Formats: sequence, structure tokens, C-alpha cells
Amino acid sequence: MGEQKGMTIQGNMATALGAKLCDPDVVPAYPITPSTLFPEKISEYIADGELDAEMIRVESEHSAMSACIGASASGARTCTASASQGIALMHEMLFIAAGMRLPIVMAVGNRALSAPINIWADHQDSVSSRDSGWMQFYAEKNQEGLDLMILAFRIAEDERVLLPAMVGIDGFVLTHTVEGVQVPAKEDVDDFLPPYDPPHGKLDPENPMTFGSLGTPDFYQELKYDQTEALENAPEVIDEIFDEFEEEFGREYNRITPYKCDDADIILLTMGSMSGTARAAVDEMREEGEKVGLAKMTVFRPFPGDLLKEIAGDADGLAVVDRNISPGFGGAMFAESAGTFINESKSPLMKNFIVGLGGREIFKENFKEMYEKTKEAVEAGEVEKPVEWINMNEDVMR
Amino acid sequence: MSEDEDKELFASGHRMCAGCGEGTAMRAILNEAGPNTIATVATGCLEVTTTAFPQTAWEIPLIHAAFENAASVASGIEVALKQMDKKGETNIVSFAGDGGTFDIGFQALSGMFERKHNITHICLDNEAYMNTGIQRCSSTPYGASTTTSPSGEVSIGEDRPKKPLARISGAHDIPYVATATIAYVDDLRKKVRKALDADGPALVHVFAPCPTGWRHGSDDSVELARLAVETGIFVLWEAEDGEICDINITKKPKDRKPVEEYLKKQRRFAHLTDEHIEKIQEEVDEKCEEYGF
Amino acid sequence: MSKMKITIGGINKEAGSSKEYKTGSWRTMKPEVDIEKCIQCLKCLDYCPDGAVTKTEDAIEFDLDYCKGCGICERECPVDAIVMIEEEK
Repeated sequence: MGEQKGMTIQGNMATALGAKLCDPDVVPAYPITPSTLFPEKISEYIADGELDAEMIRVESEHSAMSACIGASASGARTCTASASQGIALMHEMLFIAAGMRLPIVMAVGNRALSAPINIWADHQDSVSSRDSGWMQFYAEKNQEGLDLMILAFRIAEDERVLLPAMVGIDGFVLTHTVEGVQVPAKEDVDDFLPPYDPPHGKLDPENPMTFGSLGTPDFYQELKYDQTEALENAPEVIDEIFDEFEEEFGREYNRITPYKCDDADIILLTMGSMSGTARAAVDEMREEGEKVGLAKMTVFRPFPGDLLKEIAGDADGLAVVDRNISPGFGGAMFAESAGTFINESKSPLMKNFIVGLGGREIFKENFKEMYEKTKEAVEAGEVEKPVEWINMNEDVMR
Repeated sequence: MSEDEDKELFASGHRMCAGCGEGTAMRAILNEAGPNTIATVATGCLEVTTTAFPQTAWEIPLIHAAFENAASVASGIEVALKQMDKKGETNIVSFAGDGGTFDIGFQALSGMFERKHNITHICLDNEAYMNTGIQRCSSTPYGASTTTSPSGEVSIGEDRPKKPLARISGAHDIPYVATATIAYVDDLRKKVRKALDADGPALVHVFAPCPTGWRHGSDDSVELARLAVETGIFVLWEAEDGEICDINITKKPKDRKPVEEYLKKQRRFAHLTDEHIEKIQEEVDEKCEEYGF
Repeated sequence: MSKMKITIGGINKEAGSSKEYKTGSWRTMKPEVDIEKCIQCLKCLDYCPDGAVTKTEDAIEFDLDYCKGCGICERECPVDAIVMIEEEK
């Protein structure tokens, strides 16, 4: 195995490098804060002859995903990057890409959705697309951003999957923050990621096919079932490929990674960069004798209910920490965690904490607060307030 | 005179209305383009009537993605083929109706033009959102009654002029723009050939009567397309690099027929008074003067 | 309901499979050609939206499997060789 090169780079650079190592053919992209550096780096690599690809400087994110679909259907390896309003603008195309089983990879600089307009870290953009049929991976740090891009291509293009994938890195917290990463050698990524040759069909005059047919009520349900099944069978493939990656590159990935959960009474469930802070808080609380653990979700779609049950089934309390909100209910991870446990004989009491919206800081103290509140509920044997917002600035409230 | 084609690339058995102008147009266009063609199509009559799973009327590779992006999907295909060294002589054609070209598809079209992709965009113009039930589009001509611009006690129906799509396309300085219609099939074929051969983006705006939406007999479609040209309502021209280089001589009618002949055959214009028709005639006269006939 | 199976991504690999659907069942009038009058200008063949006209050695013939009876061929024939007649039950 070749040497991995140590670099100190921003998150956008990490995802761009990850993409570059995978040799995409076509990168249709439109700039939007905070993911802008991705298309900028890609175009630099191309301009300097370091990457043999073409970037299509499309006129909107909707056209970016449209062009990705055209390119991928033609058999090209395709990727792009976007965030926030851009993800929202291309929303219909996300469903279409997944419905057509096109293994497009998109780096998402996770950012809040307007209104009000806000450019900072928040998971609303990709979480709001969780029905689209895309796989969703979330990075805790820039290393993960880089690795997950490579993993995303490999998993997406696997003939047992053939579904598009998003890789989320938190806006500014990761996209613009410099961290040390190990960059795999190109030859090793080439070995890990074979060339893409669509097994299910492509646009080719030698063998004409129609993509995107009208699916009447006679067929639509079955086509959707088939597509959904592919996503629901993906965990097996994901686990297999995560293992292979660890063997090759020495870094472990899990769909949910437990930390000090074995004997934990209360577990914090997190996603994204906040997991680092949560881990530090868990360590401090452990020092004080609290039996607390951390479950870090890396793969949000397909939802890792199987692992969640394994990891948290025996806990007394689960603090689900959502950096998104579905107004009128609560956070997305909360809804899905609750749904996972609803029929189980053993399940923890669950509390939902809404944190970090629009770039609001999430401190160790906040995790301790969430822990305490969950502990209170466990001791009372009931959850009075299922959804609570953390680190609010009461001074500015009306 | 039609060529002796080996194979009809727009297969029979599609579900277009009897007498659909787009059917005639598609046969001429696809057979001219030939099998070494990849097409994108926007949501609309063409797409819905030709791709109901598991039946497809397309004998060439086709992708339908959404309504507004035939041109951007095509952009992705063009670049992909180039990158994979598979472009060769393959034609890339994006098809859209007037909705998917004039209105919702306008952005993607303009972007494709601006980036100078080697793509031909064919607009099949039946002057309204026909597939969804005859709603107005910026392509709907003044005085037409549609379901969202209906004529009524205090309304003439569509009260805005038709958007000059082909001229706007030409203003992008793309290598080739042309208008064509189904009554002049050889002319349509020649223009499609020029568009495909052009080095860069091209647009062919094909005027295609719609018996269902315009409310005329199914056998009137070709005749109406002819009348549209003979009255000057639809002018056939070509432009290269933004300059009009030819207004087809046979379609530059010396004695233009009065617009009334065209209008009265379609019930979408049945509510027009003599005054309205006069106004339309005046506007057509003015426009034709600009074109030099 | 069709017996055809779905494919991955709904990709239709049977180009031209619309031919399975005989749209001739739509019509109420059908075309008939007087082959003596026909001059093989092939306007009917060009104009037919459904590709239901083919060239024969001396004239043309109609593919009644697909002809929807729109009547454009009758209208456009320059020598009135085509006539639309009532479809028999």
C-alpha cells in the first residue's frame, strides 16, 4: 500500500480531494456558500491538468443535478457539491436521480435553510431531502469528509446498490476549518474503486433505451418498492465496504459508532461535527462517574435502526441530538429513532434536543445539560417535554 | 420527397392524438437525425405519449428527467460523451414543448446556449401547456382562448403577444437558429440537418398545430401550419451566429393570405370580433414588413 | 395489467416497443387509396403523425394496425387519391 500523505486542509478541500482521487468524468457545479471551494478546487485541478474531467459551469443548482443525471445516465462518473438553498432548489431532481438509480455523489456543506437566510452549520438542507432515496453520510471531521467521498463512490456504484449518495460536512465548522488529514495514494484509491460501468443500462446509440418513462399506476408502486429495497439492502454492502476500507486505509467507519455505550445508562445520539464535542463531554462526565455514552451516526440513510437497537436498546435514556427541526413535530433523528423502537420490548426513554441551528454553537456544557435533562426524565420514569431547544438566547426572545 | 428510410425511428403505437402536429414533426426530425443520436425530452405531450412504461416509441436512446431541464440534462450527456471519448458523430438533441422551452425551460436553455454545448434544441410549439390541459404559455398568441386565459364577457383570452423565442435564442449568438413547421417537411428536415451539423448550440422552433388544444379538425393540422406561414403569422427563417441569413423564399409569401383564414378554422379564436382580427392583421403586417415581405 | 416486469430504475430496454399497442383501434374513419391515381409523391407518408403509410412498388399502402383515422392524408393528397370512409364495425 502506498503512503498516505499528511495535509492540513479545510473540509471543502478534503471533499474535493476525495472526489479528485476518484477520477470523476463530469462535475456540473454551481457555487453556494459554504460549499463553494469544492467547485473552485475541482476547476483548479482541471485547469492545472491534475484532473481529467470537465466541470460544467451550470447556471443553477437545479441544472447542476440535471446535468449530473444526464452525465451519469451516459455512463460517466459524476459528482457535484452544494448546500442549503441549492439542495432545496434541486429537490425534485434528487428524487429523479435516485428513481433512475444513478450513482451520483454530492458533497454537501451542511447549512441552514432560509428564511431567515443563514449561511452557517445546520443539517436542515440534507435532512430535508431524506425522502429522496439518496444515501446520506455525515462527517465528524475533515478526514471523514475525504474518506466518505471515496466510500460514497464505491458504495453507490456497487451493483447491489446503484443509488446516489450525499456526504455532509458541517458548514464553516468543517468546510472552512483547517484540520490534519491523511490523504490516500492515488494508486490505492484506484485499486479500491474500480471504473464505473453501469450494469443496468446507459444512453448509448448502440443499444437504445428509454430512461425516465411514464410510470403509470400499473408500475409505479413496484418501481418504488424495488428502489426502496435497494436502499434497505444497502447496509450489508456499506458494512462490507467499510470493512474493506479499514483494511486498506486503516480507518474504521461504522453506520453508527458507539463510544462507551456498553454500560451506559444514558446515550447521546449525534451526527456531524458536534460528535467531537459530545465525545469530550462524555469523557468529562465519565470522570465524574456518570454512566454516559455516545452513539455517532455516520449513515443517516438508510437509517441504521438495526444498530441503534443493538447499541441503545438496553440504555435507560437516549438523548437524540438533532441539528434540524421539522416544525410541528421535532427533529428528524428523533422521529426515526422513536419509530425504530416503537415495537421493541426494550427501548430507552427518548428526549429530543434541538441544537446548533443556523450555526449556533454547541458546547460541552450543552451536552451535559442534555444529559442531565435526560437523566431527570429517566429518574422520573416519564418524559414531560419530549422536544427541547438547547442554548437559546433568551435575551433576544420577544 | 421523403427519403427511403431503413427504419422509422419514431415508432408507431404512440399515444398522440389523431392528427397531432408533433407526431409529424417527430418523424421528420428523428429520421433526419438518424440512429446515432441521443435525445433528452422534457415533460409534456411528447414525453407522456411516447414513454408509458413498458412501451416506448423511441428507437434511439432517450432520457426524460423533468419539465424544465431538457437542455441541462443534454449538457451533462454531451460533456460525458466527450470525456469518455465516446462523442464521435453522435447527435445530442434536447426536445421540449413550448412550455419546456419558452417558460420553465428557458433558464436551462439559455445556460446551454451560453456554454456553447454542441446540442440542438428542438422546440415543439403548440402554443400552450397542452399536456396539462391547454393552459397558456408565453408562446400563446394574442387572442387565443386557453384554460388559464379564457375568453369571456370581459376578456379576449390571451392578451399578450407571443414571446419571440427564436429571436431571443439567436441573440445568444449561437451558430444556428431556425423556425420550421410541419407543412414543409423538406424544409424542416434541412433545418434540422443544419442544426445538427452546426458546431455548437442550435435551436429549431417547430410550429406544430394541436387539434385538441386549438379545437380544429384532426385533418386540419398540416393545412393550418401552411396557413400560418401563408398569412405571415408564423414566419420561416434561419439565422447564423445571430444574423438572419435567409427567409425561405418559398415561404416568403408575396400575397399574404388574410389572417382571418387561419384564425377562423380554430375554435380557440372563435370569440374574436372583426376589430380583434383587424388588430391581429395589423400586427402581422407590421412584423412581416420588418422581415421584408 | 401488463405482464411485463419492471427493471432497475425503470429503464426501458425495448426500444420501439410502442408497436405492441395497436392504435388502429382508435379510429372511426379509415383511409382508402386509389392506387391508379396515386403519383407516389409520398406527402401522405411524410405527413402521417403515426407512420402508418408505407411505400409500395407503385403506390402507397396504409398500416391499419396504427392508423388513427385523422384524415390528414386525405386532406393533403394533391391528386385526391385518398378517401376516408366509415370504419366497419
